[in-house]
Amino acid sequence: MEISYYPGCTLKNYAKNFEESALYSLKKLGVEVEELPRWNCCGTVFSLATDDLIHHVAAIRNLIRAKESNSNKIMTLCAMCYNTLKRANERVKADPESLDKINQFMYRENIDYEGDVKVLHLLELLRDEIKLENLGKHVVKSLKNLKVANYYGCLLVRPKEIGLDDIENPTVLENIMTSLGADPIDFPYKTECCASYQTVDKPEIVADRTFHILTSAQEQGAEVVTVSCPLCAFNLDHRQKETVREYPEFKNIPILYFTQLMAIALGCPEEVLRLDLNFIDPKPILKEKGLI
Amino acid sequence: MRINISRKKIRDSFVSKVEEISGQNLLACYQCGKCSAGCPAISDMDILPNQIIRYAQLGLKDELLHSKSIWICASCFTCNARCPKGINIAEVIEAIRQILLRKREDHLKIEKLSDEEKSNVPPIAIISSMRKFTS
Repeated sequence: MEISYYPGCTLKNYAKNFEESALYSLKKLGVEVEELPRWNCCGTVFSLATDDLIHHVAAIRNLIRAKESNSNKIMTLCAMCYNTLKRANERVKADPESLDKINQFMYRENIDYEGDVKVLHLLELLRDEIKLENLGKHVVKSLKNLKVANYYGCLLVRPKEIGLDDIENPTVLENIMTSLGADPIDFPYKTECCASYQTVDKPEIVADRTFHILTSAQEQGAEVVTVSCPLCAFNLDHRQKETVREYPEFKNIPILYFTQLMAIALGCPEEVLRLDLNFIDPKPILKEKGLI
Repeated sequence: MRINISRKKIRDSFVSKVEEISGQNLLACYQCGKCSAGCPAISDMDILPNQIIRYAQLGLKDELLHSKSIWICASCFTCNARCPKGINIAEVIEAIRQILLRKREDHLKIEKLSDEEKSNVPPIAIISSMRKFTS
């Protein structure tokens, strides 16, 4: 299986641990991943104003890049990229007039976009194409006894038209963790917003949200929390520093990309995990469980 | 708080502008409050999401344009997902932000952030906050 991969802005720096662990896992699963040539930033947020077409150009231009590399499908790892690319795609597919205008904005491109590229998140690729039973067959180091809370955040599941799972109770991450031998736990905050970009100028709001989300996971017995979005990861992981300042009773908990746990289960060497980029050190719990 | 309601305000172009930019029918709202009940951000808001819709129906432009709430909403779409009338509340709030941003009234003064503040957050945070908070 071959797939075009769209990384987005943060996968090459803060979330290098996400990218490397995902690429390692896909290789182990027999998927050939080709990074899109000349990709550009998707804009990170889908423009909500009905009359604003210009902000969809960045997203659609990446879909043209996919076509140029003879691919009708692109995969993202980042939840925000997934949301932005997929919503822009759905928007132009439903509205030929907008698509025409956007193509005119991009008159210097060699080809027009025709609404014929599919945007996929890695979670969908694992669930629908690789299939979880096959994922389970590749496990060489079971994550047994590791209690994992899985955090989806907003943009993988909302809005419904583009969501990759049930809008109120998604379970794809839990099912993946089960296939890897881990013990997924349920908690009510799994789709609660982490306050997103408020982290730039109002980190106190993020610290507060992080407290409620992570405390809820801990109350259900979680030892680690998985994420699938570099901004959620930053907010839940790095902002624990501010959370402890505001709530002295708060106990730190490691945040891992789900792909880091998947890579461990598929037998990766420790350096692939880039645990140096995880702010709250996950090594003690991973060592305790015999996983590194 | 004293709020003055007038025919003039209700007919103000602000109301139609919000409806146009958001693509939403404000009068569809029957004030069930489900949007505010599920909103994770209300503890930092001065006007709740259901009130934002009511204020917008009534053309209470000054109250909305000066509210904290429009900058607190992070478009998580929980309200949209739960509205029994299918109103996209997040889009209505975006429209109110846009009315200010289109007059170049930026909410985030990126130039006032120190280099340290800027380099201590990932690019995804800087780009998304600039997209939402600047013109």
